[in-house]
Amino acid sequence: MASHYEAPIRKPLVLGDKGYHDVTVDIAAPVEGKANKHWWIVFSIALAAFLWGVGCIIYTVSTGIGTWGLNKTVGWAWDITNFVWWVGIGHAGTLISAVLLLFRQKWRMAINRSAEAMTIFSVVQAGLFPIIHMGRPWLAYWVLPIPNQFGSLWVNFNSPLLWDVFAISTYLSVSLVFWWTGLLPDFAMIRDRAVRPFQKKIYSLISFGWTGRAKDWQRFEEVSLVLAGLATPLVLSVHTIVSFDFATSVIPGWHTTIFPPYFVAGAIFSGFAMVNTLLIIMRKVCHLEAYITVQHIELMNIVIMLTGSIVGCAYITELFMAWYSGVEYEQYAFLNRATGPYWWAYWAMMTCNVFSPQFMWFKKLRTSIMFSFFISIVVNIGMWFERFVIIVTSLHRDYLPSSWTMFSPTFVDIGIFIGTIGFFFVLFLLYARTFPVIAQAEVKSILKSSGEKYKKLRDAGKPLYEISKSRTVVKEREPITDDVLMGEVVPQMGDKVGVSELLGTLGTFDATTETADDLKKIKGIGPQMEATLNQIGIYTFAQVGRMTDREYDLLDSITESFPGRAQRDDWAGQAKILNNKK
Amino acid sequence: MASKVIHAFYNDDDVLMHAVKKVKAAKHHIEEVYCPFPVHGLDKAMGLAPTRIAITSFMYGCVGLTVAIVMMNFIMIQDWPQDIGGKPSFSYLENMPAFVPIMFELTVFFAAHLMVITFYLRSRLWPFKEAENPDVRTTDDHFLMEIEIHDNEQELMDLLMDTGAVEINITEK
Repeated sequence: MASHYEAPIRKPLVLGDKGYHDVTVDIAAPVEGKANKHWWIVFSIALAAFLWGVGCIIYTVSTGIGTWGLNKTVGWAWDITNFVWWVGIGHAGTLISAVLLLFRQKWRMAINRSAEAMTIFSVVQAGLFPIIHMGRPWLAYWVLPIPNQFGSLWVNFNSPLLWDVFAISTYLSVSLVFWWTGLLPDFAMIRDRAVRPFQKKIYSLISFGWTGRAKDWQRFEEVSLVLAGLATPLVLSVHTIVSFDFATSVIPGWHTTIFPPYFVAGAIFSGFAMVNTLLIIMRKVCHLEAYITVQHIELMNIVIMLTGSIVGCAYITELFMAWYSGVEYEQYAFLNRATGPYWWAYWAMMTCNVFSPQFMWFKKLRTSIMFSFFISIVVNIGMWFERFVIIVTSLHRDYLPSSWTMFSPTFVDIGIFIGTIGFFFVLFLLYARTFPVIAQAEVKSILKSSGEKYKKLRDAGKPLYEISKSRTVVKEREPITDDVLMGEVVPQMGDKVGVSELLGTLGTFDATTETADDLKKIKGIGPQMEATLNQIGIYTFAQVGRMTDREYDLLDSITESFPGRAQRDDWAGQAKILNNKK
Repeated sequence: MASKVIHAFYNDDDVLMHAVKKVKAAKHHIEEVYCPFPVHGLDKAMGLAPTRIAITSFMYGCVGLTVAIVMMNFIMIQDWPQDIGGKPSFSYLENMPAFVPIMFELTVFFAAHLMVITFYLRSRLWPFKEAENPDVRTTDDHFLMEIEIHDNEQELMDLLMDTGAVEINITEK
């Protein structure tokens, strides 16, 4: 097809000699394999942090917001800082999958799944803070406009805080269905590869019975496109509305019209940094270097550099406007930020967010994995400080100098923040073990245009495919039937009772016409058991597939090891699946 | 209805496209094609009607916008008008700027969710739904073309063999 053409100047997005099946195998590998020691170590740490956070939340809710470091001057501090930080991180996922889809950027396909997962998990963390801050979280539903027993008591639709409720919940739920819809074909792939009955059941359930008909794919693509079109203004609206929480107030340093674009750029900036942090580790741990290439990291670094520069411009514009406005309160707010008691926070923000991304102008640095990882951490820290600076430095010296004060967090403030980081990583680590972390169906659809294997073929002037007319295998589908053609049963293992009886119902193996299957693929059959089965004369999945309870009992009596094991693991069921996959 | 169908397997999307065109040219009805990933142009080649799901999304969006306007007009203007910050709530139109964010969010909310629900129902996707792909390889790297047999088994077989199918099965459906 002509649509597979891609300019030779474009570097391959899938490295190595990968065909369609290789993509399947590579992306299913982390899900089908077992977790290694490092995963368990990191997971335990994350879980401990999460539980510590849960403890702090329980303490806050049961005792009161007084457990936080807030005082009468600084009424908003870490809670809203963390909220805005997490929401900001949650921007990259939808941006990558929606905006880059509209721009037809193929490189998004290797990273959109994880970026969207990151979005959903971080918006969950963000949502926790306003709910905890309510003091009585069980009344959180009061933010919804529902008729109630207090007469005509409604929520205030003029309030940016209420707009936030609608924006964040719409964003979270739309991102979730966007993500899940994209996951269906990939879950279906894992479902159809699954051998163990439990896995099969779970992936059948969550793949919603995806079948992959031509009509389904046609709708799937249209739905993705429309969702991308809807999500693009949505993602921009979310941080715009978050910035309204500040911009509509009359606090110096907050009351500016530059806030919406400035916040959105900052959100994309921090979101891409977090994507880089996570994917640099993930590509290594899950062996996905062929899919998440250095080129992907480089492109993300360029986005970080660009948005970092936009954020830098916004900082400078703020300073200029404060001076140019002639408003003394505004001027003092910014002078205080840069030279007051919180100067260290301000300069930490400036260094991390404005200065450090400028290194990405150098090709050598932006293609260095270690350096990219380092900068992504620096940016994450810098963006936290940005929110802290905006919030705390504007509040701590208010209009009344007698109430000027400082803010210091208590262990509860810190604990809840650490707890959300733990919760985030718990979710992400579980995701990395159980979900297809790359949108494999989409990657397959660009393999011919952007895969190294096909690019090389094209460069060499060779065809990408050939229609061979002689290779066709014609099969009448043979299901495993019970009526086996029984020859004379010759048991291979001594003259033990039951062996011939067993083979009588399972069928015998004829080495001249059949090939033996690797029975170890069945869960519950190890090398030892396979050897025993072979001794009896059982070599194929078809034979195992015919087993019923009676045969299991016979087998137990012959082998005298692990009684009941075969029923528990459903050897017959597994064998049938394996036989179909042969 | 126990009818016989022929399943032709392909392991390449380009070969599949050629095959689909060839089968269509020979005036056979293609029952279904199962693919592991979207093949562009396949729907047109098979003669599928374009999907109307984007139109439904637009209509759902209009519903969402209407819901937002009616709800906020009732709550803020009719039921309990307040004077917030010296800006009294007498008319929806005058107070509308403050309502724009929610009008936008609800439009998107309705358009996105109802469209996805429509997609799931039309394509028969929901939890506990059994998958209907006839072979597990169709979610991995194989494409499967299903054609019903009406006493023309040999003719179809020859045609499909000519298209470069890697495997041809005949099954009862």
